[in-house]
Amino acid sequence: MAGDILVEMRGISKRFPGVLANDRVSLSVRAGEVHALLGENGAGKTTLMSILSGLYRPDGGEILVEGRPVVFRSPRDAIRAGIGMVHQHFRLVEPFTVAENVTLGLDRPRFALHLAAVEQEVARLGDRHGLKVDPRAQIWQLSVGEQQRVEILKMLYRGARVLIMDEPTAVLTPQEARDLFTVLRQMAAAGRAVVFISHKLQEVMEVADRITVLRAGRNVATLEKAATSARELARLMVGREVSVSYQRTRQAGQEVLLCLEGVEAMGDRGFLALRGLSLRVHAGEIVGVAGVSGNGQRELAEVISGLRPTLRGSIRVGDTEVTGCHPARLIACGLSLVPEDRLGTGLVPTLTVCDNAILKCYRHPPVSRGPFLRRGEIRRRTRVLVEEFAVKVPGLDAPVRKLSGGNLQRLLLAREISARPRVMVAVHPTRGLDVGATAGVHRLLLEQRDEGAAILLISEDLDEILALSDRVVVLYEGRIVGEMPAAQASREEIGLMMAGIELPKDAGGGGQA
Amino acid sequence: MRLRLERRLDVPTALVWATPVVSVALALLAGALFLALTGSNPAEVYGMMLRGAFGSRYGTTETFVKAIPLMLCGLGVGVAFRMLLWNIGAEGQLYMGAFAATWVCLSFPEWPAYLLLPAMLAAGMLFGGLWALLPALPRAYLKANEVITTLMLNYVAILWVSYLVHGPWRDPAGLNFPLSPPFPRTAWLPTFPGTRVHVGLVMAIVAAAVLSVLLWRTRWGYEVRVIGESPRAARYAGMNVERNILLVMLLSGALAGLAGACEVSGVVHRLQHQISPGYGYSAIIVAWLSRLNPWAILVVAVLFGGLLVGGYAVQLAGIPAAVAYMLQGAILFFVLGGEFLTRYRIRLVVPGEVAPERRAAGAAGSGSAPGAGDAVAPARNGRAGDFGGN
Repeated sequence: MAGDILVEMRGISKRFPGVLANDRVSLSVRAGEVHALLGENGAGKTTLMSILSGLYRPDGGEILVEGRPVVFRSPRDAIRAGIGMVHQHFRLVEPFTVAENVTLGLDRPRFALHLAAVEQEVARLGDRHGLKVDPRAQIWQLSVGEQQRVEILKMLYRGARVLIMDEPTAVLTPQEARDLFTVLRQMAAAGRAVVFISHKLQEVMEVADRITVLRAGRNVATLEKAATSARELARLMVGREVSVSYQRTRQAGQEVLLCLEGVEAMGDRGFLALRGLSLRVHAGEIVGVAGVSGNGQRELAEVISGLRPTLRGSIRVGDTEVTGCHPARLIACGLSLVPEDRLGTGLVPTLTVCDNAILKCYRHPPVSRGPFLRRGEIRRRTRVLVEEFAVKVPGLDAPVRKLSGGNLQRLLLAREISARPRVMVAVHPTRGLDVGATAGVHRLLLEQRDEGAAILLISEDLDEILALSDRVVVLYEGRIVGEMPAAQASREEIGLMMAGIELPKDAGGGGQA
Repeated sequence: MRLRLERRLDVPTALVWATPVVSVALALLAGALFLALTGSNPAEVYGMMLRGAFGSRYGTTETFVKAIPLMLCGLGVGVAFRMLLWNIGAEGQLYMGAFAATWVCLSFPEWPAYLLLPAMLAAGMLFGGLWALLPALPRAYLKANEVITTLMLNYVAILWVSYLVHGPWRDPAGLNFPLSPPFPRTAWLPTFPGTRVHVGLVMAIVAAAVLSVLLWRTRWGYEVRVIGESPRAARYAGMNVERNILLVMLLSGALAGLAGACEVSGVVHRLQHQISPGYGYSAIIVAWLSRLNPWAILVVAVLFGGLLVGGYAVQLAGIPAAVAYMLQGAILFFVLGGEFLTRYRIRLVVPGEVAPERRAAGAAGSGSAPGAGDAVAPARNGRAGDFGGN
C-alpha cells in the first residue's frame, strides 16, 4: 500500500527561546498511508506539524513536496501545496453554518458567494468520505465529533492531499474515534496521506501504517506497524532512565488524610473528565499521579479543592466529608492546592508580595482584626516568609509579576506550607522551572511529607513522579488505571498504562487505589 | 512589514500617571482644532471657559455645585470598576435616588428637618443601591453582561421620573411644567453661606475617605482588589465572588443614589424632568481619568464641574454649551487610546522574522497554563493561537 513519497521533511530544526523544540527532525509521508507521529507531551510533534502546515517557519532544514523543495510562508501556502492541518482546538465560527465555515478564508469566489454550490460540494465530499454532516447546520448545534468532520471537510474542500490530525481523538468519545479511524483509513485507501499525531499507543497501533517516534525534539525511530509492538513503542517514547532519587526519612502513616471514592466531574468542554475516580493518600505519603495531560489532571485538582463541582462520589479530608464544599471551607480543613497556573490563580500578578502572601490567611487573626487588615503584622509575616524560604523579591511592595518563575513558585509554596496543611495537592509544581529551582521545590515537598502531610503530586514529568513519590497511580481518561509502589514501578509499564493499555493483572501492582 | 501589538511586560509607573495628563492635553488640542475649523478662536474660547468656571466667586461655587454629583457618582462607578463590574448605570441610579428622596419628602412634608433630611438621603441611597442590585443579580448568578443591563435601566429610571413629573406628581401650581411641587424648607440640604454649595460636598469627601479605608485597610477591600485583578485567584482563595459582586454594586448604586437625593434636596428643591445633565455618564470618565483612586476622583470631578460651568459661560459668546460635552468625549477617547498604549506597545515586524517572544509551549509542556504564558505570549493574531498540547 506504500505509494510515492508525497512529503518529505529533512533535518528540520526549530528553536523557541530557551527550548530547542525540533532538533534536525526528518519525516517522510507516502501517498496512501496513515503515518502516526508518536511522542510524549513536549516531544515536538505539534511544532513539527505546525512547520509542515506553514504556521511556523523552520530555523533549519527543508521541506519537499513530491520531490520539489518548497517554502511555506503561511498556512495558505501549505494548503496550496495540498497540506492541511486539523488542529486540536477547532478554528470554526460558531454562529456560521458548516458551508460558510468551509468557504471562510477562501478567495476563490472573488465577490459573489454561491452558498448553494458550496453546500452541494460539501455534501458530496461528505458522502464520498463518510463524513456525514448537514452543510446548513450552524456549528454550535453540532457535537464535537461533527465539528471535527467540518474541519476535515474544510481541508478536503481546499484539495488537501496530506491531512494532518493533531491529537484528533482527545475530544472524541470512543465510538466517534472509531468512526474517525474508518474515515482516515478510507482516505488513505483513496491515495491521500494522513499524519496522525498522538500519544496513545492503542490507537496508533490500530490506525497507523508507519509510526515515527519523537522524543525531546528528536527522531527516535520510524517503524512499520507490522514490525513493532506497543511495548517497544512505549519504551521508545519514554526513553531515558530515572536519574534522581531522594532518600525517604520515615515510613508513611496509616491515617488516610485524603480519600476520593467514585468521583465524577465534568470537564470544561462539557463531557465527563473524571469517571468514577477513587484514590487515597495517607499521612506522610506522596502519591504521584502519572498520566498524559488532558486525562483529568486539572479536573482532579479542582474537584479536590472545591473549584469544580463533584457530580457523583465523595471526597473526604481526614474524617471530614468535604464533597461539594466551598473552597474556603476546604482551606479551613487544612487543604492546600499548588495550582497549575501559578500566576493568575495561585498568585495575583498585579498585587504586591505582601498582598499575595496573605491570600489564604487574610480572614483570621493575627493578619486581620475584625474587618480590618493589620498592615504591620502582614509586613512582618511576609518578611519572615520571604527570608525563611529564600524567595528573591525586589521588595515587599513590588508586584509579584516582577518575580522569576522559580521565585514565584517559592513564594507560593512558602505561603501554602506556612499554613501547615494536612493535605497538599501540587499540580505540575516544577513546570517551566530550571534545574536549581526544581530541586528547591522538590526539597520543600519532601520536607512537607516528612512533617506528616499527605501530598498528591500531579505531574507530566515521569522522572519527577518516580523520584518523589511513595506510590504511583496512573490516570487515564478520568480513571485510575493502575497503581504501584514507586520502588517497584517501571517506566515502561507506566508508559503503557499512560497510553491506555491494560496490563495483565500479574504484571504490576494492578487494581484500584 | 506589518504592525504588531505586544503587551508590555511591565507598565512604568510614570507612564500610568502621564497617560491621563497627556490625554487631556490632546483632547484640548483636538477641541481647539475643531473650534478653529468652526471659526472661533480656540484660545479665546478656552480662556472664556476657564474664567467662567474658576474666574469668579460665583463661577467657582457653581463649579463645585456641579462637581458634587460627579464626585459621588464617580466614587460609585469607581468602586465597581475596581472589581471589573462595568456599571454604566450611575445615571439611572441617580434618578432613582432622586425619585426616592422626593417620595419621602412628598409623603411626609410635615416631618422636621432632622428627621426628613436623613430619611430622604437614606431612601435615595437605598433605591440607588437596589437599582444597581437589579442588574447585579443576573450578572453574579447568570453571567449576564452588566454593561447592557445597567445602561438600559438608565432609560427605565429616567422615564419613570419623567412619568411622575408629567403625571401623578405634577405641581398643580406649576403652569403645566413637568415639575413636582417644591419641597418645604425643611427638606433643603444646608448650604455653605452665600453659595449654592450644599453639604453633599462634605458627604463626598467622607465617602472618599471611607472608600479608601475600605479598599486598602479592610478584609473586604482586599477581597474586592483580588477579585478585580484575578477572579480565578479569588475563587482559589475561597472568596465568595458572587456575594461581593452584589455588595459592590449595592455600594456603587447607593453612592449614585445619594448624588440624586442631594440634587433634588440641595440644588433643585423639587423633582423635575431633567435633574441631571448626564452626571452619571460623565462620572465614568471622571473615574477612569482618576485611575479609580477615590481622592483623585474628587479632584477630577471639580475639573469636570468646571468644564460644565465653562460650557455654559461660552454660550454668551454664541458658542454652544455642547463644547463641554465634546471635550468630555474627546478626553475619554484619548484616555482609552492612551490606556491601550500603556498596556501594549506597537512593533514593526519584518516579514520572515518569526516573533521571537513566542513561547515554546511545545517543549515547556501543554500550553494550557496562561500564567506561564501570560507574560510572554500575548500575541493577538491568529497565528500564535495554537502551539500547545503537543
